[in-house]
Amino acid sequence: MIETRIEPPKPLVTITVDGVEMTAPQGATILETCRDADIAVPTLCYLDTLEAFNACRACLVEVEGSRTLVPSCSREVTEGLVVETESERVVAARKMVYELLASSVDLSLVDGETAMFMERYDVDVDRFGTADRPVRAVKVEDDLYIRDYDKCIMCFRCVAACGPDAQNTFAIDVAGRGLKATIATEFDIVLPDSACVYCGNCIGVCPSGALMFKTEFDMRASGDWRPEDQTVSRTVCSFCGVGCNLELHVQDNRIVTVTSPMDHDVTSGHLCIKGRFGWSHVQPDDQ
Amino acid sequence: MSRWDGGLDRSSADDRVAYGGFHKAASQRHLLLPALHAVQDAIGWVSHGAINYISERLTLGPAEAYGVATFYDLIATDEQPARVAHVCDDIACKAAGVDVMLDDLERELGPPRTDLDGVMWRPSPCLGQCDKGSAAFVQVAGGDHRVAAPASAKQIIEILRSPKPRDHVVAPTPRQVGAPTSLLARVGSQPTLDEYRADGGYEALTTALSKGSAWVVEQVVASGIKGRGGAAFPAGIKWKSVAAHDGTKYVVCNADESEPGTFKDRVLLENDPYLIIEALTIAGLAVGAERGYLYIRDEYPIALRAITEALSSVRAEGLLGEDILSSGRTFEIETRRGAGAYICGEETALFNSVEGYRPEPRQKPPFPTDAGLFGRPTLVNNVETLANIPGIIRKGGAAFATIGTDDSTGSKLFCVSGNVSEPGVFEVPFGATVRDLISLAGGPTSDIAAVLIGGAAGAFILPQDLDLALTFEATRERGIGLGSGVVIVFDSSVDFVEIVNRIAEFFGDESCGLCIPCRVGTVRQAESLVRLSSSNGDRTVELEILDELDRVLRDGSVCGLGQAASVAVQSALALGLIGDPA
Repeated sequence: MIETRIEPPKPLVTITVDGVEMTAPQGATILETCRDADIAVPTLCYLDTLEAFNACRACLVEVEGSRTLVPSCSREVTEGLVVETESERVVAARKMVYELLASSVDLSLVDGETAMFMERYDVDVDRFGTADRPVRAVKVEDDLYIRDYDKCIMCFRCVAACGPDAQNTFAIDVAGRGLKATIATEFDIVLPDSACVYCGNCIGVCPSGALMFKTEFDMRASGDWRPEDQTVSRTVCSFCGVGCNLELHVQDNRIVTVTSPMDHDVTSGHLCIKGRFGWSHVQPDDQ
Repeated sequence: MSRWDGGLDRSSADDRVAYGGFHKAASQRHLLLPALHAVQDAIGWVSHGAINYISERLTLGPAEAYGVATFYDLIATDEQPARVAHVCDDIACKAAGVDVMLDDLERELGPPRTDLDGVMWRPSPCLGQCDKGSAAFVQVAGGDHRVAAPASAKQIIEILRSPKPRDHVVAPTPRQVGAPTSLLARVGSQPTLDEYRADGGYEALTTALSKGSAWVVEQVVASGIKGRGGAAFPAGIKWKSVAAHDGTKYVVCNADESEPGTFKDRVLLENDPYLIIEALTIAGLAVGAERGYLYIRDEYPIALRAITEALSSVRAEGLLGEDILSSGRTFEIETRRGAGAYICGEETALFNSVEGYRPEPRQKPPFPTDAGLFGRPTLVNNVETLANIPGIIRKGGAAFATIGTDDSTGSKLFCVSGNVSEPGVFEVPFGATVRDLISLAGGPTSDIAAVLIGGAAGAFILPQDLDLALTFEATRERGIGLGSGVVIVFDSSVDFVEIVNRIAEFFGDESCGLCIPCRVGTVRQAESLVRLSSSNGDRTVELEILDELDRVLRDGSVCGLGQAASVAVQSALALGLIGDPA
């Protein structure tokens, strides 16, 4: 029998969001409260399964009495908080955040939600013209995944997934500072020489296509990548007894990538090298 | 989990020794920056092998150690010459005409950032020697770092080339003439511990121990003293808040004075180290901390030496360590060297630096008084703020509060530099005007065109506003911050485009890269300013960009660096110092 500990309910606090009074449990963030109330707040670096980084500033909201805008992903609700999620000030800041980001990296593969918000805020991606931006070549160092830091928005998710929030491998970290900062192994050595264990959890959390399965990268290069023709089958990984759930992304009867559901109790979206990459033996032509 | 952490020199003796296992080693991460310094000091750069060795000893991923090492200007991860001169080209020295010297240096030695026969030089942000008008900080691998201020091209080349370079060559800080000073009373005399005690030193600690912590905190609250580092937060609130917490706590003296144009903390640390140590000890005992950190920028080796020597004297006299003055109380101070990063003056970035992480700021709240260094309640005070504490304890908080104005109590140190006859650090009771300070500094050398108040994060004022009182309330009313007490005077020969561009470039260079508004916005601001001053920029477009950048930097940046990065630029535009249609 599975014992489930039931915690006493947390006291509720009352806050006002966009003029509407609502309650939220103590300890909840403004972002969680907004999402529960179906109020759309954009995020770039935030991910439920990782600790908030406060880096991207897309989720900024206006809090009455606060000198600056406030990152909703990390600010916990307090009694009487008055929040504006899309005031003129908030929209101006978000628009600029996207415009600045677009001037520094390639956003062509960024997630759909971000694309939607960029349209909503009328973002001018060419605003800064030929601004200074670091140009970085794609790193293809093995057959499993590639790193295209030209598309890296510096959300820090991969560093957290590789490190303390999931894998505890610490193969990558941020190196350098300012606009020149990038994600790197020590001395930028190639992945096979680094501490990387190829769990691919960094790919699983990357929101901008900077980290990508080699299969997807090659298919995109040859023009064969067709997400609209892909199906997703959920199954249980058969390599060991942990019970990780896999989502097999299949195109033309071949597995092209593997993910794990973010909301799955066992994995929280994370896998190991076997679940993530160990599927060549079931491909039709590799057997 | 337990693992070998004895390094590569494994001997048979080690085989029987357990060093405490993984968790013990992991708790030593705070030694990462000192370890990187040790290698950098010894051989002039940190190699791949060194990173691997340090990582192994501290049980870190080498990528983490590399990430930390590459953050700092004064830690090199590429092989570089054993001697590297960092030569100030920042705004105060620029106003004083340092460009002539930089041209000489380039002509006589060679181009910057290049290996010139085993030596190198590179321009540097402010080195805190603004009263000298030029300065160089030279990293000497295998020896002690050297400072020259004022610095000539010949001197810098001599330090770089001489087999045995001379010790620091720094002009003494002149004593303030006129009204008696309290904070600067011992400047120039560099007292020994005995002399310091004969001059009333450590009376405050004795008083504090006999009257108790609650009384001490009360005095600091009653004094109304506000932080002197730039944020002007009431110190008493911090003291009270940290004192109210239970468990392990820390106190930190923020001596990472890096705001361009600021050198008051350096003068205090070099001339009166016992004052700062006594103050930090009082702070630690009052709030219930047993450990204090003094975080000092690496560009201040003279101050570090003074502090280090003073610490060993006070320890020998039982004024630090266990059972201080037979009180049964324990307090210890550890110094930590910065490594060339302006952001480390931001308190939460400073914590991360001490803890061995990349010095990126943390989102507040939680505030340091609740969760600071190592996640514990922490009191952080600037050097000058602390320097006031022994006086407050001796004379009482109420007496302190009578000096200055209602909202700005006490006296304040101002760093006056640029185009004045006798630049230096001056102490005045709050209420003195910009004009008063300029006349204390011997008056302007020629017609004043503008004065920068508060440093790179501050704002310009015009000659007609010299009667502005330099108090927290008067400057706030004018929408400019008092900052750390910087007054840089610019005469009409100064090219403001160049000065403002240098400020913008400074913020781009020093941004940590964590948040998008600052990481990208500071660079875009600098680019827009260059376009604005060139003929091919569309003035309306650039002004709109600068205005929107200003908004997002102030509203959206994580920390004070980004939030202040556009202030000087905007004030220069508003006053017509730059950006006027030609």
